[in-house]
Amino acid sequence: MRRTHRASLPVIAGMAVVAMVVAACGSSSPSTPSSSPSAGSSASGAALTASAPGITATTITIGSHQPLTGVAAPGYDEIAPASNAYFQYVNSHGGIYGRKIVYKYLNDQYNPSITSTVVHQLVLQDNVYAIFNGLGTPTHLAVAPFLNAQKVPDVFVASGCECWNAPATWPYTYGWQLDYVREGKILGNYIEQHFKGKKIGYFYQDDEFGMDGIKGLSYEIPKSQVVAKESYNPANVNVAPQVAALKAAHAQVVISFSVPAFTALLQLTSLKLKFAPQLAVSDVGSDPITLAGLLESFAKQGGAKVSGNALTQGIITDGYLPSLGDASNSWIALFMKIHSQYLPKLPFDGNVAYGIAAAYTFVQAMFKAGRNPTRQDLLTAINGGLPQGPSVAPYAYSATDHNGITGAYIGIIKNGELVQKGPVLVTDTSPTGAITPYTTAQPSAPASGIPSP
Amino acid sequence: MTLARHLGAALLVAVVLLVLTLRVGPFRDYQIAEVAAYVTAVAGLTYLIGLSGQISIGHGAFMAVGAYAAALLLLHLHWPLELVFAASAVAGAAAGGILGVAAARLRGPYLAGATLMLAVALPSIADKYAGVFGGDQGLSVTITTPAWLGVTFPPTRWLAWVTCAAALITLVLLANLGRGRTGRDWRALRDNEIAAELSGLNVARLRILAFVVSSACAGLGGALLAVVTNIVSPGAFTLALSISVLTAAILGGLGSLAGAVWGSLVLVFVPTYVTDVATSHGLSSGASSNVPIAAYGVVLIAVMLLFPSGIQGGLRRLLGPVAPAASGPLNALRRRGPASEKQEEGTT
Repeated sequence: MRRTHRASLPVIAGMAVVAMVVAACGSSSPSTPSSSPSAGSSASGAALTASAPGITATTITIGSHQPLTGVAAPGYDEIAPASNAYFQYVNSHGGIYGRKIVYKYLNDQYNPSITSTVVHQLVLQDNVYAIFNGLGTPTHLAVAPFLNAQKVPDVFVASGCECWNAPATWPYTYGWQLDYVREGKILGNYIEQHFKGKKIGYFYQDDEFGMDGIKGLSYEIPKSQVVAKESYNPANVNVAPQVAALKAAHAQVVISFSVPAFTALLQLTSLKLKFAPQLAVSDVGSDPITLAGLLESFAKQGGAKVSGNALTQGIITDGYLPSLGDASNSWIALFMKIHSQYLPKLPFDGNVAYGIAAAYTFVQAMFKAGRNPTRQDLLTAINGGLPQGPSVAPYAYSATDHNGITGAYIGIIKNGELVQKGPVLVTDTSPTGAITPYTTAQPSAPASGIPSP
Repeated sequence: MTLARHLGAALLVAVVLLVLTLRVGPFRDYQIAEVAAYVTAVAGLTYLIGLSGQISIGHGAFMAVGAYAAALLLLHLHWPLELVFAASAVAGAAAGGILGVAAARLRGPYLAGATLMLAVALPSIADKYAGVFGGDQGLSVTITTPAWLGVTFPPTRWLAWVTCAAALITLVLLANLGRGRTGRDWRALRDNEIAAELSGLNVARLRILAFVVSSACAGLGGALLAVVTNIVSPGAFTLALSISVLTAAILGGLGSLAGAVWGSLVLVFVPTYVTDVATSHGLSSGASSNVPIAAYGVVLIAVMLLFPSGIQGGLRRLLGPVAPAASGPLNALRRRGPASEKQEEGTT
């Protein structure tokens, strides 16, 4: 009973191979950025050479993975364009020793598999000098081992996971934003001092972000005061059981390590259940503009109308960048200048400030790395410490510490703006490390808006 | 006879792939490895739908089972790679067997619903038992290039070799299975269940077997994907993954192993290629990040309109001397009666 057709597998296999060859030969030449001659800023020092992968005489190409579409995109998709805006600004003011920065950020949809693919593409095909500000804990964990094996600088990861500080295993990886353990300690310390003896409840995301935050809180707040610990999974938008449990435990203060959407859900559900504790929220989940917008749109979906600014009023949080409302601050003035010049369509919110501030730090490090830097030179530059920039507290960077910003101030949201309360506080990630006021005034932004070499 | 032919073909492909991987750059090697991982999973799914006539919208869940099994074995027991892959196929098969028992009682949309539920629910187990599965951040999977290849050997080439070998072995086994008695029984079952039962076929057993085979492939595919991407985490095994392997199977041509290759090539190469084109033409990031999704949709619509029986079906129609009866790719899911065996002739 043999079949009459005989083509199948061999033919098919042959065609598949042909297809692969075609695909392989198709587009293997990466788009090279137009190499416009840089303005005559290379008057001093040695000639500019292609000193490392991704560096030519005229350009520095760096890459990143960002959630530009998908669940994590709202808000976070502003960060990379904001960083790029700052790089454009630097490029049009002489670049880094005359070289222009080419920032290629690819969409990973916050899916670790895709992160792996796009980062392989950036490193193996596009030959980037470094990966800058890759966003997300689960996503970036997928590529940190690869980047370190390939000896590609992996700088200023956009996540507060303490895991980036592992100089022994991951010498090429550096954190940037205030890590969640330090943040938990600073918030916990404030609550402990100002709400003595009150019943405290925790609300947190059930991953590294929430867990690290709770770890920091537990270093400061006595166990006996904590009446409820409720976690949520970002995939499940019903937080009524958690809020009901917090209410049943008579929590008077709720400390929340949540992303903005879940801060909003926590608030709206509390409103529905007539539960009105004092709320304290971590920096990532409390950007007043983002939060107010979410509160109003979620309420609208549920057929209700709320005022976002009224609901965010009085939330205790912390900030490691200057408050956006403080136009007299030289850094905020710089951020606003970049924003109005390059990003007029985006709201001027915490995400934009974050993107610009991280980009500034990268430019700082690149200037310090020298005229013709190798990849190792960038690490050496950061390991030698970076001067304090847009953040209110200094960086921790050293050969043995790859954490970034070391402190923050406590802030309270008033009329949609963060109002600083008390001094900037700095601390370490240890259970017993003291929390001390950092009294040195923040250096003001350079008039040119570009760090000096 | 058939086995010899399949083996010969596989050997030929292996040689060509070897030459190819030696010639292309490291990122192309990585993409080839990705394709091989998807091919393994899609091939199993295309058999399940195209031959046995059952649907699964939740194949990503079986891939997750295989991937986590591989990660745990590599992490804690340091098994050799070939044993890890075999074990992940077994793990996938076990999960498929359990679902298959339920699936044998379910039809059409109910079966689709049950598999869909699995795809949605399974990843959250990793969050629930974070101690074992690493929670949201998952487990990292690293394999080392063997020392005898030398220190300068590109790791992605080794990845491509490993994954292509696994994929080829899977394809040969599937091709034989499809050509043999089991394959015939599945087709009979798909085309007319009552007739099949009257002819003495054990319908429930065949249905479960189809699920077992298919999810074994998915388990292996998941393990390969884990090795390629260096990580297993719930975020990597979303419903979107299940949908994309299903799309790849339909796009390539249901029931056809070559179709599985086509579908996987589209899955891997179209998004990268379109992103490159979009960014090099200076589109804003907001636009260029959405272009690949749009392009994927356009490819999907175009193929379905031009080649309703998938890329492989379309090629056969264009190249082959005898045009097989044009039929919708979801033909297998409709109960069309024994006549559709004729359409099956050219497929495998």
